Amino acid sequence: MNISVLQFPGSNCDQDAFQLFASGLGLPTRFVWHKEKRLVDTDLVVVPGGFAYGDYLRCGAIARFSPIMGAVREHAERGGLVLGICNGFQILCEAGLLPGALIRNSSLEYRCITCDLAVEDAGVAFNTRTVGRRVRMPIGHGEGNFRIDEAGLERLETNRQILLRYVDNPNGSLRSIAGIRNEEGNVFGMMPHPDRCFERFHPSRDGIKVARAVLSKRFPEILKESAA
Amino acid sequence: MKIKVFVTPKKNVLDPQGVAVGHALESLGLLGLRSTRVGKVIELELDGGDSPQFRAQLDKLCRDLLSNPVIEDYHCEITGG
Repeated sequence: MNISVLQFPGSNCDQDAFQLFASGLGLPTRFVWHKEKRLVDTDLVVVPGGFAYGDYLRCGAIARFSPIMGAVREHAERGGLVLGICNGFQILCEAGLLPGALIRNSSLEYRCITCDLAVEDAGVAFNTRTVGRRVRMPIGHGEGNFRIDEAGLERLETNRQILLRYVDNPNGSLRSIAGIRNEEGNVFGMMPHPDRCFERFHPSRDGIKVARAVLSKRFPEILKESAA
Repeated sequence: MKIKVFVTPKKNVLDPQGVAVGHALESLGLLGLRSTRVGKVIELELDGGDSPQFRAQLDKLCRDLLSNPVIEDYHCEITGG
């Protein structure tokens, strides 16, 4: 199980994401610079948080054209796992690998708090059994207000593509959506940071559960390890 | 030729920035304000003339990069083509 964490100019949670998988889960993890054109021997691509390209134009708008994104798209189309966290979620939406878009928080404030999140039953990998009914994860964003047209929203609900909802909506997101998956269930995106809650000194260690649930889509055995 | 690309939030998409600017305009005494939307203008200058092929290319660039069709509309003004 090999993890690749992408690095864009302006990524600032790449080290956190690396540590979540390398030290939190003990998995072989490497960085991949955005100028690379190929992913080598990768099971999960993590698109980390930060401000790729300074969030110029729109969050994620320029990063989606980085050379590595072609390989990420091919990986996703082959059924490979992808997890976008915060700015990574914005990049995946801009790239069309996830539906919808993230706009300015309705408060216009950058919100940096720890949130309670309700876990949804979003398929075999990510659900209340694999993650638990509630998790507590930090957020830190100014553009986390999830938007999608009416038909798209209904598709998300009907297909059970919503992973997480805020208990107390911090940003104005439609239906309090904090994270979604694609229809096929191999591409995951969320504004909350599992990479900021896996050590003893973090506000929770729920990031481990979230990361394991994502990996369980391809590697169901990882859930047994967590029970052991 | 010179091109101005106007990008605006879609009519049915919430524009938190527009709402805040609208409140400020009202607090400065503007009466009868019905709506405020904040967008952006991208100005390009380039060699070469206008053509149907160029319009198609420009349209694609506007959809792919300069705007996000999920939340934004755009239109272009071309001068000196």
